[in-house]
Amino acid sequence: MSADLPILSIVVWLPIIGGLLVLGSGDKAPNVSRWLALFVAVATFLLSIPLWTGFDSSTAAMQFVEKAAWIPAYHINYHLGIDGISMPLILLTTFVTILVVIAGWEVIQYKPASYMASFLIMEGVMVGVFAALDSMLFYVFWEAMLLPMFLIIGVWGGPNRVYATIKFFLYTFFGSVFMLVALIYLYFKSGSMGILDYHTLKLGITEQILIFAAFFVAFAVKVPMFPVHTWLPDAHVEAPTGGSVILAAIMLKIGGYGFLRFSMPITPDASHQLDLFVITLSLIAVVYIGYVALVQSDMKKLIAYSSISHMGFVTLGFFIVFMIASNENAETGAILGMEGGMVQMISHGFISAAMFLCVGVLYDRMHSREISDYGGVVNVMPWFAAFMVFFAMSNAGLPGTSGFVGEFMVILASFRANFWFAFLAAITLVIGAAYTLWMVKRVVFGDVTKESVAGLTDINAREALVLGSLAIMVLLLGLWPAPLIEVMDASIKNLVEHLAVTKL
Amino acid sequence: MQAILLTLVLAPLFGAVVAGLWRNQVGRSGAHWVTIIGVGISFALSLYVLKLYVVDAQPVYNEAVYTWMVSDGLRFEIGFLIDNLTAMMMAVVTFVSLMVHIYTVGYMHDEDGYERFFSYIALFTFSMLMLVSANNFLQLFFGWEAVGLVSYLLIGFYFKKESAIFANMKAFLVNRVGDFGFILGIAAIAMYFNSLDYVEVFSKAGSLADTQIQIWGDTSWSLMTVICVLLFIGAMGKSAQMPLHIWLPDSMEGPTPISALIHAATMVTAGIFMVSRMSPLFELSETALSFVLIVGATTAFFTGLIGIVQNDIKRVVAYSTLSQLGYMIAALGASAYAAGLFHLMTHAFFKALLFLAAGSVIIGMHHDQDIRNMGGIRKYMKITWITSLLGTLALIGFPFFSGFFSKDAIIEAVGHADRFGSHYAHWLLVAGVFVTALYSFRMYFLVFHGKGPRDEHAKAHLHESPWVITVPLVLLAIPSVFIGWYTIGPMLFGDFFKGVLYVAPQNDVLAQLGEHFHGPLAFVMHGVQGLPFILAMSGLLVAFVLFLLKPKWAFDLRVRFDWLYTILDKKYWMDEIFQTVFAKGSVLLGKVLWKGGDQFLIDGVAVNGSAHSVGVLASAMRRLQNGLINTYAMAMILGLLGLVGWFVFK
Repeated sequence: MSADLPILSIVVWLPIIGGLLVLGSGDKAPNVSRWLALFVAVATFLLSIPLWTGFDSSTAAMQFVEKAAWIPAYHINYHLGIDGISMPLILLTTFVTILVVIAGWEVIQYKPASYMASFLIMEGVMVGVFAALDSMLFYVFWEAMLLPMFLIIGVWGGPNRVYATIKFFLYTFFGSVFMLVALIYLYFKSGSMGILDYHTLKLGITEQILIFAAFFVAFAVKVPMFPVHTWLPDAHVEAPTGGSVILAAIMLKIGGYGFLRFSMPITPDASHQLDLFVITLSLIAVVYIGYVALVQSDMKKLIAYSSISHMGFVTLGFFIVFMIASNENAETGAILGMEGGMVQMISHGFISAAMFLCVGVLYDRMHSREISDYGGVVNVMPWFAAFMVFFAMSNAGLPGTSGFVGEFMVILASFRANFWFAFLAAITLVIGAAYTLWMVKRVVFGDVTKESVAGLTDINAREALVLGSLAIMVLLLGLWPAPLIEVMDASIKNLVEHLAVTKL
Repeated sequence: MQAILLTLVLAPLFGAVVAGLWRNQVGRSGAHWVTIIGVGISFALSLYVLKLYVVDAQPVYNEAVYTWMVSDGLRFEIGFLIDNLTAMMMAVVTFVSLMVHIYTVGYMHDEDGYERFFSYIALFTFSMLMLVSANNFLQLFFGWEAVGLVSYLLIGFYFKKESAIFANMKAFLVNRVGDFGFILGIAAIAMYFNSLDYVEVFSKAGSLADTQIQIWGDTSWSLMTVICVLLFIGAMGKSAQMPLHIWLPDSMEGPTPISALIHAATMVTAGIFMVSRMSPLFELSETALSFVLIVGATTAFFTGLIGIVQNDIKRVVAYSTLSQLGYMIAALGASAYAAGLFHLMTHAFFKALLFLAAGSVIIGMHHDQDIRNMGGIRKYMKITWITSLLGTLALIGFPFFSGFFSKDAIIEAVGHADRFGSHYAHWLLVAGVFVTALYSFRMYFLVFHGKGPRDEHAKAHLHESPWVITVPLVLLAIPSVFIGWYTIGPMLFGDFFKGVLYVAPQNDVLAQLGEHFHGPLAFVMHGVQGLPFILAMSGLLVAFVLFLLKPKWAFDLRVRFDWLYTILDKKYWMDEIFQTVFAKGSVLLGKVLWKGGDQFLIDGVAVNGSAHSVGVLASAMRRLQNGLINTYAMAMILGLLGLVGWFVFK
């Protein structure tokens, strides 16, 4: 199905061109660049809505496809398209970008135009990553993503930003080099740059394992999975609020997306052979990182660790499919786990964004992220406290919020793979609640004992708008996840069927 | 019908949202009116539904409202299952809730956060109604966690108090430990039944009764035992059974109306409701039922003992609640589900009454909760006094009072049960009757009789509470006294729960009892000849002697049996154990993993280590490229030698 308008291209390039315009508007008239940035972000979001409304959820085939020769000599095409896996992630991106623009409105006084421009360019590039169907195009977007984020942390970041940016850059660059090698190998093997062509490419088991390993390094760093996760807390702590939001809400999802688009379909047999390895790392992420999150004294670090723990559910949900399929006691469940992982990604996009924005609200006022500097915030900021408790509860997976849906599905599915997977995954019910609520207790509740807290003012309309819209999304997805499941169902089913067939 | 049910469930939610989000617009009276009307509508409709089912004998209503999602062929729905059990629960919940709403107008009169409080209790009513009306495990879990959330918010209502915000977190986390088991139980059901719908699951249960599964190595476990024990762990959290009971006494940090509503009458009985609902599953596992029976009886006796040494008026009632919940759970373990539910209902009335009466006393005493400072209050608060006495008599199981019927039925049923642990349970429950009478009347005598309050100032200001407080007391006292007499026949031995609860014929102890049931009067006559009655009366008498007649004896006893007093006063050190092992242990583990794992091994050795070694290598290389001809020459010679050597010696 191909629409008349090249919607995908518009959604990719509009924010990039808009971003360059904002950059050109200069820092001298900050309000002009702010409004322009907001206009671009909203326009991009509105233009991305047809991707949902015009989406045919009955097919797993790529939709809104655009294809043109780019570098014919190497069979590189400008090839875009989406399915039920990438479409929700694109909408998440365009939605969250608006919030980031609003959230940075008057907070960013230093080079506001460049700040807004970075996020808009980032948006276009990330949509490009999700929509690219040509491996070189994907790789270009993938690498291009690093630059704006590098700048966002490096220019608007905290005092230790140099260490954080270098760590962030090296980690992710280290991963992507291996991916490039794998992609080049696949090109020579197949003579094509099309990602979908790789899905059907026959590969021997040794080849598959090497390719899987190469992809794995790239995606595991992005997710991030234990033990290559330590860049994330540092990056979050130094990043400005908007940077943290994009990082947690979207960039981490690119790792999860990579597993579904590359690792699993291209190397299904290797994925099958190494599934226990990935599952083990995922469960370590859920439990180990949960305990690490418990003892953090910096709010952003705590939420960063919580992100890693929650992303463990994503990879767990994806990689249990093989064991469920081979369990004769479980009739079905593979799709449940994968869809659970997908829902978890979307939900985490909203919740982590909201949590980082909450910390941002406090940071803007007090310039501290230390839990011990707060206490009794509810006395002076009741509306803020209501939001914070709400998002904390969704972070702890309370039913009725989106945080529950993905975790619930993955726990249900992992029980079908192995009782102990579900057992370990379900520990998050306790430990996730423990680190989140303990933070809430120390920050939000209690009496005001510090003068700095006593002088706080409650959230303004702008902040209420941002947090309120996220709260609505979290509730909607928690109370009625059916529409989201519907759009991805055909694609996930197709993927699970594809995984059941060996390539050997 | 669906419209009625939706209105019934959503009316309190509407009130909660209005009172919560528009509290500045509606103001204090707006907040209480909108929630009271909401809950009032629910109560009226609950009565109507109860009439439809009990009087008109309507068929079971079981329909989905909407599909939450469908994934992998598994349907997740939101829907209602209405039968006699649900109808009864809805009526009890909305009645107690309405009483508490009205009472709150008086109790919270001078407090900040008045609107917030009403919003929370209405939200609680909605959540509890969702829980009891569910027709599937998803909605059950939704309600289950939602009541936990509201409980969290309400225990921490006085958010400035450190003890309150500690207690609410503790309550939530301990409940989550139970939910950990609960969700695994649901996962097991989803896997083996491939459905979350009650009716579908129950209908397939028989065919899976003999299924064995492997969890660890080659040891086989009965699937039903695994499922039921996991589900019951959830009930142990919510219904505060040992050892997960430790959150309930601390929950008394919340305002008294919610202690009555949530932590006595309704939410904590969710576990009893759930197990009864799941009776078709539990009946298939003798092992799980024994487990339930032993846990229940242990809780009933040992938490009751602690109640004897408590001095905070609310904590005495809290330990009494724990003990009574133990009785209900023990009834379930004896397959006498109807007896457990019957006690749930009578307990809801008299325990809500006792809590609200305690609240009335607390107001009278200007928020002094220590019973040692009270005394003689009967002279100043007549309605509170009389209703408290009625509630206390119901609690200890005085003949003709509602608690007499329900408690005696439980003890008889457990006595007739024939499964592992039933003797142990029976004796603990019988002994528990003495304990119940002792702590109940200790509190009663210390509060209402004897010489007046110690503090003259307090004494001067003592007066009866306003009508918004006393009217709910009276309205709750009526069923506390009479409801047992009128409902024992149909509920326990009639067909009130026919088709709702499933009891395997060989387990049906209530049917055995029913053969000797000849109306409530005969039941009372039989009861007063039994050991429990004698024990209850001796408990009352001992309390009378020790705490009213000869207080010095009580003091001497305490000195003589100091070790016993210490054990009870320290509550078997359960709090300390949990605090040290789980709370501090987790933090320690987190520190070890963080410092040792993330910071030392990963960042220190792997990441910065490799960065460092790259640095070392680079500087070594730099030293080589120092631009001096002789170094290069040396390198070339060495390289040449090496190359030649390789060719020569290969």
